[in-house]
Amino acid sequence: MIDADDKSSVIRMFHVHHNYGTQKALIDITLDILKNDFVFITGPSGAGKTTLLKLLYLAEAVTEGQVLIDGMNLSRIPRKRVPLLRRKFGIIFQDYKLIASRSVFDNVSLVLEAGGKKRRLIQKKVRSVLRLVGMEDRQTALPLSLSGGEQQRVAVARAIVGDPKIILADEPTGSLDDDSAGIVMDLLRGVHIRGTTVIIATHDKDLIRKTGGRVLYLKEGRLDTSSIIEKDYDDSIL
Amino acid sequence: MTILFFKRAIEDFRKNRLLNVVTLLTVSLSILIVSAFILFFINTNEIMNFWKKGLRIMAYLKADIPSSEMLDLRRQFQTMSGVESVIFISKEDALKQLKAQMKRQASLFDNLVKNPLPDAFEIRMSAATQSWERVEFLAAQIESLDEVEEVEYGQKWLGRFTQIFDLFTFTGYAMCTIFFMAAVFIMANTIRLVIYSRRDEIEIMRLVGAAERFIKIPFYIQGLLQGALGAGIGLAVLFVAFLFMASNIERGFFSGFFNIQFLPPLISGAIVLTSMLVGWLGSYLSLKQFLKG
Repeated sequence: MIDADDKSSVIRMFHVHHNYGTQKALIDITLDILKNDFVFITGPSGAGKTTLLKLLYLAEAVTEGQVLIDGMNLSRIPRKRVPLLRRKFGIIFQDYKLIASRSVFDNVSLVLEAGGKKRRLIQKKVRSVLRLVGMEDRQTALPLSLSGGEQQRVAVARAIVGDPKIILADEPTGSLDDDSAGIVMDLLRGVHIRGTTVIIATHDKDLIRKTGGRVLYLKEGRLDTSSIIEKDYDDSIL
Repeated sequence: MTILFFKRAIEDFRKNRLLNVVTLLTVSLSILIVSAFILFFINTNEIMNFWKKGLRIMAYLKADIPSSEMLDLRRQFQTMSGVESVIFISKEDALKQLKAQMKRQASLFDNLVKNPLPDAFEIRMSAATQSWERVEFLAAQIESLDEVEEVEYGQKWLGRFTQIFDLFTFTGYAMCTIFFMAAVFIMANTIRLVIYSRRDEIEIMRLVGAAERFIKIPFYIQGLLQGALGAGIGLAVLFVAFLFMASNIERGFFSGFFNIQFLPPLISGAIVLTSMLVGWLGSYLSLKQFLKG
């Protein structure tokens, strides 16, 4: 649990623009996300939700503006330090992005291996996380032999195993049934309670209603600041 | 961490078995051909040195040279570079030798009124005088002396053989270079194919915070292992072929003249290391091209 008073910004965006060629994907985004926030980024398809997340872990570079993660200015970060930045995040991708040729255990352990952790610690940590997501019995299985819900739970396990400061989840329940979606959201709530900042990009209104939290609404690449930035969920905006 | 990298390199090798086996065979074949050339050079060089030990220039003298001049002449020969020993063969000794060699035709010599053979110097060359041009130069130098009537260096064929050997050496270098480049190219392509087949995996690794080093090292290990294994297989096949050939040669015509030898450990080691370098270079080139982003 983190100190309730410890509410410094972990993510700051100043007048961020992003273009794909001539097409404007994000326009003049300015926002602050605080430590231990639980934030939904929502809006219709093509609004720029995924692009916004990609800017944070440098899968895309901003066209204009500044992004600060934990005080680091992303436009000044040398290429060599990009992996260090990415280790601050636990990312849950829309398409899970599990390595098909590796077992559940190996997919999850990859994060710790990449971080240079000791073998014994990796074994212990991965087992404990797999137990947490209820996948302990399937650790030797290959991802393609799992159901969508199970694959997403492995993706969650991979995202949380390195104790990241921030979890980024892109449509984490998009292709799941209600039960599986519930399990995934409970897991994300769990890591949030333990002090992690959680940012979820979703267009699922029911999910936002059920879960609750701060909501950022994107429309045609712009952030609708009038209604949402410093407020918790407000049904009228959805 | 090193164990993990090795584990991943071996795992990759296993997963892309066909691709890696083809590369391994190509590297083995390249190493086999290059090593066979080296083996040929080493042994041919030995044979040539063996023959060169017997290399001599006969300087036949003009008639009636006073013995005082003979001493000067001998000194002159001895001071020439590349000369190992100088032996004077008087015309009487030469006739005796000839008679001894032609015992069965001894009657031919009975009617000789005068010894027809000239006095001569047998000039032996040092084994270090390997250049045929040097031998020819020395022979011309000797022939230009007033006291010398004629020179003869009977093993003129050795000169031609030396020239052929030089041509082989040049061809060998060219072949080694071509095979070196071919092996690098093939290894680079295999690694490139492996990287291509694993591009999603590499992308995921990057996204979860894996450093370039973490992604690249297993590929380098794979290249080094392919190089080492390829060299090992190539040398092993060459050794088996060598054993087979050596036993035939030793029983045959060359028996007793010289011992053919396999590649010395130092050269074998150098071949393995070069092959590993080729593997590393192949990995380096494809990684440089493929993992830019």
